[in-house]
Amino acid sequence: MENGDRAAVLVARDVTRRYGDGDTAVDALRGVSVDVPAGELTAVMGPSGSGKSTLMHILAGLDRPSTGLVTVAGKEITDLGDSELTKLRREHIGFVFQFFNLLPMLNAEENIVLPLTIAGVKPDRAWLDELIGSVGLGDRLHHRPSELSGGQQQRVAIARALVSRPSVVFADEPTGNLDSRTGGEILELLRQAVEEMGQTVVMVTHEARASAIADRVLFLADGIIVRELSGASAPEIGAAMEAISSE
Amino acid sequence: MIRFSLKGMAGRKLRTALTALAVILGVTMVSGTFVLTDSIDRAFDAIFSSVYVGTDATITGKSAFEISNGSGTTAPPFQESLRPEVAALPDVADAIGGVAGDAQLIGRDGKSIVFGGAPNLGFSVDPTRPDFNTLTLEKGAWPGRGEVVVDVSTASRKKLDVGQEIGVQAEGPVVQFRISGLVKFGSVDTIGGATLAGFDLPTAQALFRKVGKLDQIRVAGKPGVSRAQLVREIRAILPPGTQVRTGTEQAAEDAKATNEFISFLRYFLLAFGVIALFVGAFVIFNSLSITIAQRTRELATLRTLGASRRQVRFSVIVESLVMGTIASILGLFLGLALATGLFRLFDAVGFTLPNSGLVFSTRTIVVSLLLGIIVTLIASILPAFKATRVPPIAAVREGVTIAPGRFARFRTPIAAVITILGFAGLFWGLFGPDLDTTKILLFMILGMVLVFIGVAMLSAPLIPGLTGILGWPGARFGGAAGALARDNAGRNPQRTASTAAALMIGLALVTLVATLAGSVVQTFTGAVNEIFVGDYAITARNNFSPIPTDAAAAAAQAPGVLAVGSVRTGQTLVFGKPDFSTAVDPGVGAVINLDWVSGSNAVLAELGKDGAFVDKEFAKKHDLEVGSPVEVTFVNGNTGTFVIKGIFDPPSGGSPFGVVTISAAAWDAENPSPKNVYSFVLMRGGETEANAAVLGQALAPFPNAKVATREQFVENQISGLKSILNVLYVLLALSIVVSLFGIINTLVLSVFERTREIGMLRAIGMTRSQTRWMIRHESVITSLIGAIIGIILGVILAGLLILKIDLIDFSFPTLQVIVFAVAAVLVGVLAAIFPARRAAKLNPLEALHYE
Repeated sequence: MENGDRAAVLVARDVTRRYGDGDTAVDALRGVSVDVPAGELTAVMGPSGSGKSTLMHILAGLDRPSTGLVTVAGKEITDLGDSELTKLRREHIGFVFQFFNLLPMLNAEENIVLPLTIAGVKPDRAWLDELIGSVGLGDRLHHRPSELSGGQQQRVAIARALVSRPSVVFADEPTGNLDSRTGGEILELLRQAVEEMGQTVVMVTHEARASAIADRVLFLADGIIVRELSGASAPEIGAAMEAISSE
Repeated sequence: MIRFSLKGMAGRKLRTALTALAVILGVTMVSGTFVLTDSIDRAFDAIFSSVYVGTDATITGKSAFEISNGSGTTAPPFQESLRPEVAALPDVADAIGGVAGDAQLIGRDGKSIVFGGAPNLGFSVDPTRPDFNTLTLEKGAWPGRGEVVVDVSTASRKKLDVGQEIGVQAEGPVVQFRISGLVKFGSVDTIGGATLAGFDLPTAQALFRKVGKLDQIRVAGKPGVSRAQLVREIRAILPPGTQVRTGTEQAAEDAKATNEFISFLRYFLLAFGVIALFVGAFVIFNSLSITIAQRTRELATLRTLGASRRQVRFSVIVESLVMGTIASILGLFLGLALATGLFRLFDAVGFTLPNSGLVFSTRTIVVSLLLGIIVTLIASILPAFKATRVPPIAAVREGVTIAPGRFARFRTPIAAVITILGFAGLFWGLFGPDLDTTKILLFMILGMVLVFIGVAMLSAPLIPGLTGILGWPGARFGGAAGALARDNAGRNPQRTASTAAALMIGLALVTLVATLAGSVVQTFTGAVNEIFVGDYAITARNNFSPIPTDAAAAAAQAPGVLAVGSVRTGQTLVFGKPDFSTAVDPGVGAVINLDWVSGSNAVLAELGKDGAFVDKEFAKKHDLEVGSPVEVTFVNGNTGTFVIKGIFDPPSGGSPFGVVTISAAAWDAENPSPKNVYSFVLMRGGETEANAAVLGQALAPFPNAKVATREQFVENQISGLKSILNVLYVLLALSIVVSLFGIINTLVLSVFERTREIGMLRAIGMTRSQTRWMIRHESVITSLIGAIIGIILGVILAGLLILKIDLIDFSFPTLQVIVFAVAAVLVGVLAAIFPARRAAKLNPLEALHYE
């Protein structure tokens, strides 16, 4: 993924999502178009119920849009079947979850290489060592998740998301379950992945401080993108959020 | 992925272990059965071949038709004069004659020595040719005139020794003998707990009423003569009614009866192992389904990391495969322990089985492992597919439920179809035209399996209603804990239904057995009271062995006896079919009262030399009426023509007679050592203590004969059925134990699932004992659901069977049903002990933090 042309890895066009039908129908997304360029960290922000989680689920192929198109790495995913989606996840998508979602019976290293194990690929030792070194887990590799702190668990999860060098990593409130100091460390790691490995990252968060590490911040309200900021600081983002919430 | 499955199991040790138990028990039963029966088989083979080691050929009496084993009918003996003729043949080195028969040993207390229902075998022995004897001498000397040898096992149990006196009763009254030595049967102490007695040939011939006759000649050929040649030579001079076999063939022939018994025992016990495995399948299915539901987020995470549906399915199946394999291996080896235990148990109840070491055959290993593994695999298929329906989005979103499968909305119709198919199979098996036994069994078993599966599926929609009703007392009197228990039992109908289903199967089978037995007893009692108009019955002490005819003759001499009527039975060939026939003496007319279609009760006393009577069905089947001739071929090959003098309508409990009944006089002329199955006695004054004493006195020379009042007679006849019933209950308890583990497992998993909820309840003031109460009550509701559905199903199934067997009238086993329901409550309470303790131990604070 040589940087330079900044081609869009992820494209969404006029995406809508309606849950339920009739009187109880809820429109979570009402026409969203996004281009996520390669090698950038894009943050998606918005108040509760704005549709930011739904957008991420649809971009990641976990949920299907009611109308509209989504392409990942040039491939349209909206009509893919389960096995094609599985292939897509293996090759192009990594996940970092709010609750870490590590498998309790596997140790840190086994959790990290799990995507490769599932895909039946032998891990490249040099890459693995580099990755483990960069997330700073050297001495905890043989510990089970229950023996790790929350921050350490999220480091394992980030390494797991990066191990298959996916086209895009989705981070769903990655600091939502961590104290602010540990959260800061995790954000640094994500930023580092973008800087040093040219990794594309999409992060959903409601914390202005988290969004401040993003190259670009998208603001969602009532299912549409209402604003976009580039290279903004935490106070600027906070002010924008404030403005959106009070509208 | 395999490693992932294994690690997953290791992380869920408790539930894996509880689930595995469901397989282990069934496989143990299967493997134990094979080991036990194979071991008995080999031991018997060794015994029978050792008996004929020195024998090149045997000559025996030949019955006119194939005698079924255990019928009590034996081939007729032949003239002793054959022996010197055989001995004179050029290639014969030696020919030794022998007789055998029933010989009761009578202890010093005047009572006959019997161990359980084991036979009392008597043989002649030739002191000059010990190598030709069935018995081998252990101590003392071979018997001479007035002497007997007895088996070491009886001797040690009854403290008998060489030089002591002992009574022996064969066909006539008791005769006193001196014990000259102690013997074994071939190489073993005894077989099946039988008592053994050996006499010299003239003594044995006198005792067994075979003077001048022989049952068997053992022949040794001259050196260098082939067995085939010897047999050919002997066959040339054999008179009709005899046959010659090589020693090996004879050993196989002798082993036939035991082989049939062992093969019956094998299939009988295997059936219960398979039932336990079937119940186990429900338990495995349920545990896996719950586990999958609880692992939703984990499985969804795997999907987001790129796992395909196939991989998820594979991981579940591998997990069950590994569990099934380990459980089956454990069960396989536990089977060895079970076989040892069963040998001890049989020994303890007086039915000693020969055991020359446990036989652990390849077949045992293959069948046990395959059964266990296949059952586990089948039970894991649906849960594995359920796992594939976990959507990846469940990794990021709380409360995502697993989508119902493609066929879920057809669940009830499918269940209904399965149930109907099951009942159709049962009906076809029971009432289908021209089915052989194998097909009947196949249809019935298949039908029952489908009915159980179908009913288990159908019961889910009933769960909310049932928990409402069954939970009412708890909710009414148990306060909040009771109400919560009721709601918990009903909140996941599918789960409660399949947990209860495991217990349902066991209870349905137990109820089926109880209803059948109860109906048989009821009908039998009714029939006896209807036809038996005498005051006393004379039977053997064990209630079923035939007794010498002299006993009835002695009873007839007792003061106050107005009439004695005896019934003999044995195999005959009638209309080309081997079947039981009976014979009655004239006294029967006074003690048995039949409902006659043609003729009258006087027929019983007026059969004469060539008279016969038959029942209505038989008459209709063969177009017989009074005056029709019937040809009866006896075991000695003679055929007599009898004229029908009467046709009777048997009571619904079944006819007390065989297909054709003739006079005792005609019977005795054609059957070697005839015996009575029972005799009825009519006395002046009826049933009184004095009369009983007089009869007892008259029968004193026949220690094996027992006097019973009508009521006692019914009781005694039923007692055999009761022991069989108890054995069935014990064996079916195995499947109930399996379902018990199923309930424990479901509760443990539910408690685990509701950790947060229980913590909250504790936090807002629920006490530990209330928590325990809640879990226990939920458990009892679940078991009661299983019990109620099972009992209803069992009664229906029994009703169907009784419909088929028109000799039995249906009778509802009220008492047993109450006992079963109470037992189900106990199962519920028992199952809840461990899960309730776990729930009560939850620390409210930790439980709330639990994620």
